[in-house]
Amino acid sequence: MTWYALDTWIVVVGVLSAVACALPGCFLVLRKISMMGDAITHAVLPGIAIAFLVTGSRFSGIMFIGAVLSGLITAFLTGWVSKKGSVDQGASMGIVFTVLFAVGLLIIEQAADFVDLDPSCVLYGAIEFTPLELFWWGIPRAVWVLGSVVLLNLLFVTIFYKELLISSFDQNLANSLGISSEKMLYYLMIVVAITTVATFEVVGSVIVVAMLIVPAGSAYLLTIKLSNMLFLSIFLGIIGAILGHLLAVLIPPLMGLNGMSTSGMIAVVLGLIFCIAWLGSICSKGLKPIRKKTFKIASKKFLG
Amino acid sequence: MSDSFSSILSLVNYNTGLVVLSTMTLGMGSGLIGSYLLLRKRSLMGDVLSHSCFPGIGIAFFFLYFLGKSEKNLFFLLVGACISGILGMLMVLAIRNTTKLSDDAAMGTVLSLFFGVGVAILSLVQEIPGVSVSGLDHFIYGSSASMVWVDFQLVFGASSIIIISAILLRKEWTVLCFDENFATTLGWSVRTLDFLLIFMVALITVVGLQAVGFILMIAFLIIPAAGSRFWTEDRNFMFWISGLLGAISGWLGSLFSSQYKDLPAGATIVLVAAGLFGFSFVFGKEKGLLRLYWKQLLLNKKMGRQHFMRAVFELQEIKGSENGEYIQNVPISWTDLKGCRSWSQKGLLKLKLQAQKEGHLEDCESQMVALSEAGFGEAYRITRNHRLWELFLIEHADIAATHVDRDADEVEHILSSSMVRSLEAQLNFRDLPNSPHRLNIKNY
Repeated sequence: MTWYALDTWIVVVGVLSAVACALPGCFLVLRKISMMGDAITHAVLPGIAIAFLVTGSRFSGIMFIGAVLSGLITAFLTGWVSKKGSVDQGASMGIVFTVLFAVGLLIIEQAADFVDLDPSCVLYGAIEFTPLELFWWGIPRAVWVLGSVVLLNLLFVTIFYKELLISSFDQNLANSLGISSEKMLYYLMIVVAITTVATFEVVGSVIVVAMLIVPAGSAYLLTIKLSNMLFLSIFLGIIGAILGHLLAVLIPPLMGLNGMSTSGMIAVVLGLIFCIAWLGSICSKGLKPIRKKTFKIASKKFLG
Repeated sequence: MSDSFSSILSLVNYNTGLVVLSTMTLGMGSGLIGSYLLLRKRSLMGDVLSHSCFPGIGIAFFFLYFLGKSEKNLFFLLVGACISGILGMLMVLAIRNTTKLSDDAAMGTVLSLFFGVGVAILSLVQEIPGVSVSGLDHFIYGSSASMVWVDFQLVFGASSIIIISAILLRKEWTVLCFDENFATTLGWSVRTLDFLLIFMVALITVVGLQAVGFILMIAFLIIPAAGSRFWTEDRNFMFWISGLLGAISGWLGSLFSSQYKDLPAGATIVLVAAGLFGFSFVFGKEKGLLRLYWKQLLLNKKMGRQHFMRAVFELQEIKGSENGEYIQNVPISWTDLKGCRSWSQKGLLKLKLQAQKEGHLEDCESQMVALSEAGFGEAYRITRNHRLWELFLIEHADIAATHVDRDADEVEHILSSSMVRSLEAQLNFRDLPNSPHRLNIKNY
C-alpha cells in the first residue's frame, strides 16, 4: 500500500463532509424528513443549470447560490403541495423533485450544443480529484469550502440548540413557548441546502444522502439524548470517511485492480456501521424473545 | 421529424409508434400501481427501488464476467436489478419494523447505502481490463428514442402483467391499503399481498428504468396517482383516473419529444405529467383549488345571510321584550345592527343588498332596516334553527350555555330540514325557544 499526500487530503475532505452532513442530518432524522436530502440533491439541477448558463463557468459563487435557492424552493413547494393537495409529505416531495430535475435536464439538453455540463458528475461526484484544485496556501479549495460549511453548521447548532431540541421533539410545545417550529424548519432547510450543495460536488449526490442520514440514524438507535446523538453521529461519520478511503485504497490491489470509488466505499462502511448499530439495538431490547421462540418469530418480526 | 403529427397520432410510423405505445402502457401500469403506493403512503418506494437496483446491476455484471460472457445480457442484468431492488424494499420494511427509525429514515438509509454499494462495485468493474461499462449509464438515464423491439416487448409485456394483476387484485389491495387488520380477519395473507405489490413495483420500475430513466419512473409512480385525488373521493374512480393520467402523459410526452430534437423523452413526459397534475390541482372536480374556493364562497355567502337575518330578528325580539310585547316586525336602526357582529360597513351593505334582492327587505328611511313579511318568516326560521341546535347541544352534548353560541354557529348553517324535524321531536318544541344565553348585542 502506498499513501500519498493526496490521500491525506482526500481523507480530510471526506471527514469534513461527514461532519458537515452529520449535524443537520440528526435533525432531519428527528423531524422525519430524511428524504429531504435526497429531494434537494436532485432538485438543485435547474438552479445549477441556469446559473451555469448565466455565468458560463463551473465553480462559481452564483452557481452555489442558484443551487441553494432551488433547494429552498424544493423545501417550500413540498410543504405547500402536501398542504393544499392533501397528499402526504413523501408524495409531494417526489412530485416536486422529479419535476425540478426534469426541468434541469431540459435546460441542459437545450443548451447542450454550446455547454459542457454532464448530469452524471452530479450523481457520482469525484472526491479523488478534489485535492488537485488548490487555493490559498496550497490547501485544496474543497477543504476551504467544506471547512466553512462545518463552521457554519457548528454555529447554527450551538446558537439554536435549545430551539432545535424542542421543535424537533414537540412542535406544539415549541409553538407554545414562542419558538416558531416552522421558522426553525426553514432555518434548518437553509442549512441543509447549503450543506448538500457544498458536499455533493465532492462526494456525489446520493452519497450525501448516506452521510446525512446513516450516521444520524445509527446514532439515533444507540442513544436517547440529543447531545450524545450529535457527537456520536459526527464520530461515526468520521470513522466512515477514514475507513472508507482506507478500504478503497487497500481492496483493489488484492484483486489485481487499480482503484475504486472512495465515496462508494464510504457508503459501504457507513452501511456496515448502520448494520452493527441495528443489530445492537435489536439485541439490547429484543434478544430474549428471539432466543426463546426460535427463528420463526424473528423472521415475522423482520418482515412485518 | 419528417413525419406529420397525424401519422404519429395514429401510430403509423413504426419506431415512434413503438415508443409512444410502450410509454403509454408504462404510464398506465405505473399509474394504477402508484395509486396503491400513494394510499399506503409509500410513494417514495419508487425512488428507493430505482436507486437500490444499482448494486444488482453491478453484481450481475460481475457474474457475467466470471461466466466468460463479455457482452451485456439485458435479461440477466434486469433480473439482478430486480432482486437487489426487492432486497432493498425488504430492508426498508425490516428497519421500520425492528427499530424506532421512521419510514423516511429507513428509506433514505437503504436508498443511499444501496446506491453507494453500487457505485463501489461499478467502479471496481470498470477497472477490470477489457470491460466496458459504458452502456450501464443507460440504466440511469434511459433513452426511449433508441428503443428497439426487445425493449418494447419487455416494457409492453411487464406493463400488461401489471395492469392485469392490478385490476384482478383491486379489491384485495384496496383493503390492504385502508385496513390491514381487516384484511387479516378476511383470511388473506397481508404479507403475501404486500410482497406482491412490492414485486409489481419492482418489476415496472426495473423495466421502465432502462427504457425511460429513473427520474421518469419515480414521477410515473407518484404524479398520476396524486393528480387523480383531485377528481374523486371514490377509490375505484381514483384507480382508473390515475391509470388514465399516466397513459395520457406517456402518450403526449413521447409525442412531443419525438417532434422536437432537443426534448429528452423522460424529462418531457415528467413535465407533461406535472402539467396534468397542475391542471387537476386547480380544476379538479372534487378537491381542486377552484372548487374548494367556490364551495368556501358559497358557504360564506350562506352564513353571512343567516347571520344578518338572525341579527335583525334578535334585535326585534329585544325591542319587543322592552315594550313588554310579543315580537313585532319593526324597523331596526343601522347602528344597532352594526353593533351585533364585527361587520365592516361594506360587508354589511353587501348583505343588505343581497337580502333586498331576495325580497326579504322592505323599503324604509335610510339608516333603518325593515324586514318584509317573507323576510320576517325567514328570519324566524333561521333563528329558530339556531336556538334548537343550541338547546340540543346543551342537553345532549353538555356544552355550557355561555359557550354554546359559537358551537351552534359551526353546524347550524348545514342543518337539513329533516335534521330540524328530528331536533323538534327530540326537544319537544313547536314554537320559538328563548335564547339560552344573553343576547350579545353591544348597545343593550
